[in-house]
Amino acid sequence: MPTIHFIQADGSRRELETPEGASVMQVATGAGLQGIVGECGGSAMCATCHVYVDDAWAGQLPAPLSNELEMLECTASERLPTSRLSCQIKMTAALDGIVLRLPATQQ
Amino acid sequence: MSEPGLIVVIGGGHAGVQLCAGLVVAGHGARVHLVCEEPELPYQRPPLSKTFLKNPGEGLQLHRAEAWFGEAGITVHRADPAVAIDRAKRTIELKSGARLPYQHLVLATGTRARRLPHLPEGLCNVVVLRSAADAERLRDRLGSVSRLTVVGGGFIGLEVAATARALGKAVEVLEAAPRLLLRSVSPELAEHVLQVHRASGIEVRLGVAVGGFEAEGDRLRALAVDGVRHEIDTLLLGIGAVPEHGLATQAGLDCDNGIVVDAFMRSSDPAILAIGDCCSFPEPTSGRRLRLESVQNANDQAKTAVATLSGQLAAHQALPWFWSEQGSLRLQMAGLMPAKGVRHLRLGASPASFSLLHYVGDRLVSVESVNAPVDHMAARKLLESQRSPAAHLACDPATPLKSWL
Repeated sequence: MPTIHFIQADGSRRELETPEGASVMQVATGAGLQGIVGECGGSAMCATCHVYVDDAWAGQLPAPLSNELEMLECTASERLPTSRLSCQIKMTAALDGIVLRLPATQQ
Repeated sequence: MSEPGLIVVIGGGHAGVQLCAGLVVAGHGARVHLVCEEPELPYQRPPLSKTFLKNPGEGLQLHRAEAWFGEAGITVHRADPAVAIDRAKRTIELKSGARLPYQHLVLATGTRARRLPHLPEGLCNVVVLRSAADAERLRDRLGSVSRLTVVGGGFIGLEVAATARALGKAVEVLEAAPRLLLRSVSPELAEHVLQVHRASGIEVRLGVAVGGFEAEGDRLRALAVDGVRHEIDTLLLGIGAVPEHGLATQAGLDCDNGIVVDAFMRSSDPAILAIGDCCSFPEPTSGRRLRLESVQNANDQAKTAVATLSGQLAAHQALPWFWSEQGSLRLQMAGLMPAKGVRHLRLGASPASFSLLHYVGDRLVSVESVNAPVDHMAARKLLESQRSPAAHLACDPATPLKSWL
């Protein structure tokens, strides 16, 4: 199963194994990971599952669709070029080992 | 901070599971029992009217993995609903006969779908949509039929209608009121929603009376619609929901369109709290009693209840917000629609995108957005901080709404 490496704003790390096809937000909330809220359940409606994709991985994700781009304007923490909504990142074998940094706040 | 004893939560919906999550963060996980009527672990309900119906292979999105409950020390009772509360002994009884003691009990029992009073239950081609089991039944039927009739032009009915239309079904919506979404949105937004659904090929009939029925065995054959026999293939009842407060009523708790709670989510018995769709709470600005059916309300009342259970009373005062996805329509509402207000239109980036700003006097009280999530998020922040830019400024599409924060 692909693994995701999360790095919290305070530098602490956690690895989670994921079934293929699950969204990063689902995996993170399912495990109760602090720092990912996912209030709307993955509808790209709330911008509370914001992550920064590590530079080495940023180019390997499909580009965000328009509704994700719009919601990225509404994140509680600063939007960076590597910002994504984790509900829109579907895990695949090719993303095994992806590194995601969590913002200081989601709300 | 006072230490709570055993906490029993009845109901595995959004409110119940968010309460569990909050109690775990507060360090109380090992004291919690979660009592679920359904066999599944708590799951996300919003997808049930959309992606879940569209994709036969789509599973439920669990709020928390099974391992999380175990690691948190939460005992989950599945497919074992509570049947009685004994307030004197501070115990509840489950259907299996098990008895659970509590120091605090939290009722997160939600709602049940309203049914047509004259229509018998158990008809094989009549469905409601509350639970995963309901959604599976509806998905199975949509796989084999070409026509869907929806009674009720509310959020659930219209979401399913749009999903079924996207699947290529012939869809009709029968609404008794003179317009769609009567309880939920402004007349202007309802009119826009109507036009979009009609343009997508959904037949919407307003102001119709659904009367008698004709069944053959366990199958509904026809309904009388405005007195005319109307053949039914599959029928979805989307005529609202009623609060599930049977247990509370039996236990003698005050109930009035929901379990009556104070600003701290405490019922008329301070050892028993109620949160989410099932409770009637004092609306912070007006003080009048309100019951809301929404994910936001469930989540925020769960947070208030965690504070109460932790001995850190903080009155509930979250801004209500709602969303509904209906085909190409992304509707997002912030604040409560005023009974009498003045509406101003803010145009969005495309013709399919706009917001309606509702003012009472000079005060901005509610914003409805269509395909305008950036304006919706800005509206929530404006309303939360009680800022009211003048309407002509707030409606200038050249200036981002968030610049008035």
